[in-house]
Amino acid sequence: MSMLARVQVPAQARRGDVFPIRIAIQHPMETGYRPDNFGRRIAKNVINTLTCRYNGVEVFRAEMGSGVSANPQLQFYLRAENSGELVFDWVDDSGQSGSERAPITVTA
Amino acid sequence: MSADRRRFLVSCTALALVPALARAQQNPQRESLLRDVTRGAPLRTGRVVVDTPTLADNGHSVPLRIAVESPMTAADHVRRITILAERNPRPVVASYALGPHSGRAEIVTRIRVADIQDVIAVAELSDGSFWMGSAHVIVTELACLEG
Repeated sequence: MSMLARVQVPAQARRGDVFPIRIAIQHPMETGYRPDNFGRRIAKNVINTLTCRYNGVEVFRAEMGSGVSANPQLQFYLRAENSGELVFDWVDDSGQSGSERAPITVTA
Repeated sequence: MSADRRRFLVSCTALALVPALARAQQNPQRESLLRDVTRGAPLRTGRVVVDTPTLADNGHSVPLRIAVESPMTAADHVRRITILAERNPRPVVASYALGPHSGRAEIVTRIRVADIQDVIAVAELSDGSFWMGSAHVIVTELACLEG
């Protein structure tokens, strides 16, 4: 099972401007409290860490628990510095990881 | 203003504050939770806005926006925002590390809310101070009860 994800980053921004980033990942975010059809507890499995690197520098990190809704959505902000790439990495409790990247062009 | 009248007004104000104080002290669980986040440092109310619908019909997915008043410069920025829902089975919902790169200290996400409760956000600033804001959320269909 691969994790489908969608990242929204503006293609272009002016240097110094603050722009929003939206990310949505398809993931059940299992709380560990939910029973399956046989009454057995489904093990907790949530995306516990998500990071965003901007040209190699970590600029944002989210640590999440079972209180985050299934198919987590997140919006945060970044300040445009230089053209380059944003890399998003995340990992869940089962050790499965996902990654997305988005280019950004910064104009003067 | 006469001395009597002034004394009367002062005691009225004091009386009005009693329930607020009592409420803050009555909740040892919340206090220990906040102490864990601030590692014992003083916590002040303000600068943090928690924006959420007062009446959420589905506790499994409650939209939440947290905004902290900060210039987000290298000298003065928000280092961390932590979301707490004290009546959830795991009260620490999520924690976000930000910095001067963020430009704006704002997070939008969706959380699970297990019960009618205050959702609290604590912000740690670069000067080491802690600020909190909260919003009361009423959910009609609670999360975490069943599948």
